Amino acid sequence: MDFDLMITSFPKLLGATLVTLKLLSASLFFGLFLGLFFAILRLNKNIFINKLAYGYSYIFRGTPLLVQIFIIYFGLGQIEYLRTTFLWVILKEPYWCAIIAFTLNTGAYTSEILRSAFQTIKPGIIEAGKSLGISNKIIFYKIQIPIAIRQSLPAYGNEIILMMKGTSLASTVTLMDLTGVAKYIISTTFKPIEVFIVAGGIYLFMTFIIHNVIKYLEKKYSFQQ
Amino acid sequence: MELLAFGKTGWGDELFYATLMTIAVSITAMLVGFFFALIFTPLKLSKYKTLNLVGNFYTTVIRGVPELLVIYLFFFGGSGAIMYVASIFGYYEYIEINAFITGSMAIGIISGAYSTEVFRGAIQSIDKGQFEAAKVLGINKFGQFYKIILPQMLRLAIPNLSNVWQITLKDTSLISVTGLVEIMRQSYIAAGSTRDPLFFYSFAAVLYLLLTYVSMKLINKLEVKYSRGY
Repeated sequence: MDFDLMITSFPKLLGATLVTLKLLSASLFFGLFLGLFFAILRLNKNIFINKLAYGYSYIFRGTPLLVQIFIIYFGLGQIEYLRTTFLWVILKEPYWCAIIAFTLNTGAYTSEILRSAFQTIKPGIIEAGKSLGISNKIIFYKIQIPIAIRQSLPAYGNEIILMMKGTSLASTVTLMDLTGVAKYIISTTFKPIEVFIVAGGIYLFMTFIIHNVIKYLEKKYSFQQ
Repeated sequence: MELLAFGKTGWGDELFYATLMTIAVSITAMLVGFFFALIFTPLKLSKYKTLNLVGNFYTTVIRGVPELLVIYLFFFGGSGAIMYVASIFGYYEYIEINAFITGSMAIGIISGAYSTEVFRGAIQSIDKGQFEAAKVLGINKFGQFYKIILPQMLRLAIPNLSNVWQITLKDTSLISVTGLVEIMRQSYIAAGSTRDPLFFYSFAAVLYLLLTYVSMKLINKLEVKYSRGY
């Protein structure tokens, strides 16, 4: 055990954690809206729209995240037309490519979580709203969405942790996130176990925090069924 | 399409073998995972606090740390650890372990943590009366487990194990970083030499979709088989 290495690499890894957190929060933020959007599409009665939303979530849940990042980072740059548009400003940056890939990925999982949450809402609750003369729009925003958010909290907590682990793939497109820096230190010092303990410890700490925040929120928003 | 031709002109046969490699790694990793689950599930269900702690440590650490980091640990640390063990027995030459073994071990340990959780949940949801009835009938421990608990547990576990299989299958794409030529690595090589990454990575995505689709169909059949009588 090389404790000196563990101590000297800790601040470097902590700095890289900031990149991980930035990637995570950005993709979760955009992914939540994307997920909500596609979950609403899934509830649409139009078969074509429904199939489109299903296809999106099927493709992104059925392929590895690594493939998705590579298609966006290496693949899209190949299209000549894209290079002339303003999109190229975003797509040439590995940072934004990673965020786009993570957003699309977490959006697919989030849409499934929210869809099943919407579907488990008892029809009686919606009927009660209707019989009170509340408009469909308000029923959706004030009744369905809050209940769906509460229902999906445990599953969404898991998704946040999965996404946090997913951000480690950013290191494959040259970003120096926590895993990227850990790999760099391992490959220069050849001390994998020490670095793994420190980097893994930081990841576990983040998992612990996320887990407890979700648990707290679950308790706070719990209601009698 | 000519890029996918078989033989020397295209990448068809290379990608075909790479797909077989992905399947082989996934199955090996899944089996390694079952082996770990076989060890750690009893630990998690044990009456003793210390054994519980060991079981929980395994599942918590592996499920809380990114797969890529675990793979790097194995990739960089694997041969070092083997050489250390070998040096105890007086063997000091350089030992390099095969990328296939490193990869399937790393993915297997990850998959094992998920399998452990699935088995634990399945065993815990079997009615207590089943255990007691088996004991009362005088069936020995071995028979209790294999003839009574296991068949009931499998029925409950298969839907969740199918999720673990999907995770394992997708995780194998990560061992491309160690240089094992599976779908991702082969696409990377093909994309590099033809300068057509969009086509090859999209094709890789199609291959993965195909694998997940076919395995879902097969698992559904298995599910029907084990839920006879329900």
